[in-house]
Amino acid sequence: MSQLLTPAVLVGIAASGIRLATPYLYATIGETFGQLSGVLNLGVEGIMLMGAYAAFYVALTSGSLWLGLLAAIIVGGLMGLAMAFISVTLKAEQGISGIGVYLFGLGMSDLLFQKTMGSVETVNGFPALSIPILVNIPFVGPLLFKHNLLVYFAYLLIPVAWFVIHKTTWGLKIKAVGQNPAAADALGVNVNMVRYASVTFGGVMSGIAGASLSVAILNVFQQNLTSGMGFIAVALVYFGGWSPWGVLGGSLLFSTINALQNWAQIANLPIPPSFAVMMPYVLTILALVFAVRRVNQPAALTKTYERGES
Amino acid sequence: MKLIGQVREWFLTQYWLRSLVPFLAAAAAFVIGAIMLVVLGANPLEAYAALIQGAFGSLNSFADTIVKATPLLFVGTGICIAFRGGMINIGGEGQMVVGALAGTIAALSLPTWPGWALIPLCLMAGFLAGALWGTIPGILKAYLNVNEILTTIMMNGIAVQLMNFLLSGPIMDPVQVQQRSFIPQTAQLPAASFLPRLAPTRMNLGVGLAVVVAILAWVLLWRTTWGYRIRAVGLNRQASRRAGIHVERYAALAMILAGALAGLAGVTQVIGVNHRLFTDGSATGFTGGAGFNGIVAALFGQLHPLGSIPASVLFGALIVGANKMQRVVQVPTALITALNGLVVVFVVGSEIWRRRIAAREELAHTPMESLAATGGEAAEP
Repeated sequence: MSQLLTPAVLVGIAASGIRLATPYLYATIGETFGQLSGVLNLGVEGIMLMGAYAAFYVALTSGSLWLGLLAAIIVGGLMGLAMAFISVTLKAEQGISGIGVYLFGLGMSDLLFQKTMGSVETVNGFPALSIPILVNIPFVGPLLFKHNLLVYFAYLLIPVAWFVIHKTTWGLKIKAVGQNPAAADALGVNVNMVRYASVTFGGVMSGIAGASLSVAILNVFQQNLTSGMGFIAVALVYFGGWSPWGVLGGSLLFSTINALQNWAQIANLPIPPSFAVMMPYVLTILALVFAVRRVNQPAALTKTYERGES
Repeated sequence: MKLIGQVREWFLTQYWLRSLVPFLAAAAAFVIGAIMLVVLGANPLEAYAALIQGAFGSLNSFADTIVKATPLLFVGTGICIAFRGGMINIGGEGQMVVGALAGTIAALSLPTWPGWALIPLCLMAGFLAGALWGTIPGILKAYLNVNEILTTIMMNGIAVQLMNFLLSGPIMDPVQVQQRSFIPQTAQLPAASFLPRLAPTRMNLGVGLAVVVAILAWVLLWRTTWGYRIRAVGLNRQASRRAGIHVERYAALAMILAGALAGLAGVTQVIGVNHRLFTDGSATGFTGGAGFNGIVAALFGQLHPLGSIPASVLFGALIVGANKMQRVVQVPTALITALNGLVVVFVVGSEIWRRRIAAREELAHTPMESLAATGGEAAEP
């Protein structure tokens, strides 16, 4: 086993972990904004599937990856808007309506896939882009500076999201609406508008998360491509304590376990793969139990707001 | 704008509509389904006719509808109990899987037992395994306030991997090992464990059991102290606590029962229908999505165990009929999954209208004097 873990293998696993974190990063950052504003969008998985399909199909037929990405953004935004309408305007129970959005996305993406493609095809996804000079640094270079554009964007998003949440008026409004909507309302913040914007943004990000799978990482689309990643992303937002750096840590942890497990299977290690796949779920439950940062939880998360109610 | 206001006013005063709102919501979902069918180039009337024909057209298809409705009713009844106790159970899939695993292991390890002893034992094993899978999220939520939506989803993932591990090793069919084909499935269960069937169909005793369980759940919720406390906790934790109810215990109990019933759904699927357990690596490969669709059925049945009975038959019919629809108008069965999602969204989304009509009705039935005392306000229930 010690011979197997050569530096080259380690770099390979780490690089693959960094790459596989991409969909989690987009989805968790989007979901962080939604949850900070007080809306739990459990439909991320369904939106990711629709985004993945839209990006793949448009890229396949138009030949343009950017058009595919745009399609995923539009589809994700529309589904996010729908989720906002259901949970903000119609004040529906968020845990359940999210399952509805999930089932819709699961069925719809499969239906469209079977009707428009029928069989699994592949596209040439976003190519790996080596950053000159930096890529030549031993170990670190190939690890960090030899990825495709969507991977770089995902990591750039973390500090940007942190800045928006903590250093801008918008971030302040989002947090105020999620902590105490009545007080925010009294101060003239449009509670519904902020929630609509946050949840729609979350939908856009989930769409991109799906696209990152189908046109940048796996470069295929098939039924249930995301296989639960969207649900894990929702849990990762709790795991990361509603902070961009926290969800970065959580996403990397999960993706690295995925990468390790892929490697363990290839290297034929005597660990049943089921247990490796099980670990992230167990870890998430433990993290949810022991997350000390649960104090950060937005006080009005999943609570609808109506003027005149306490 | 004035017209819209008038329509809204008219709608809100049609008190008889109140209980029909979920049906209107579901009807809206099917209208959207019809539009999708047109876009896909199929005649919606022809498609829905094929669907009904496929679900009820013959004795066999009707029996299949009932077979598909059975797990939905078990899971849905559990969902009713959980939701009434203020618990959202998204873990039906995993609870079904562990219930099936426990029942399978029980049947395989006691091949010589007679049916009258083996069947109850298998059911008990499934019930307890499902209960265990509900206990973890239930206790974590009730005592530590850990979000049960997320933990039940994680428990689904754990259950699936447990199944994949057991079926590809410890309880794999010895024939698969001998022939080195390694298909992840168990041997066929001993015939004594099979639930009696209504030959020649696949309809089996499982559905009878599910109906009995639904009725028992109704008795539990509305005719016993335990049920009263579960519902009280679901409605208002603070008030329940002040009334001396051990809030945590009854909240956890609601989730444990939900898990147990989903466990029964899993074990009856194995000993009633498949007679062996197999996996394609995912939960839906075994459950057919019943863990999620049970939520749809329960919602449509207005979170009432007895309402879940016809609702389960309806959604069972959709699943069975979809296959015929696929053959006749070439629209993939995935359409039904999408429609189920729309039904959920519309039913929970229309809840606000049901509440508003109910509030208006209460206002209309409130004497003027008491209105004057409260400043004209009628509480939204």
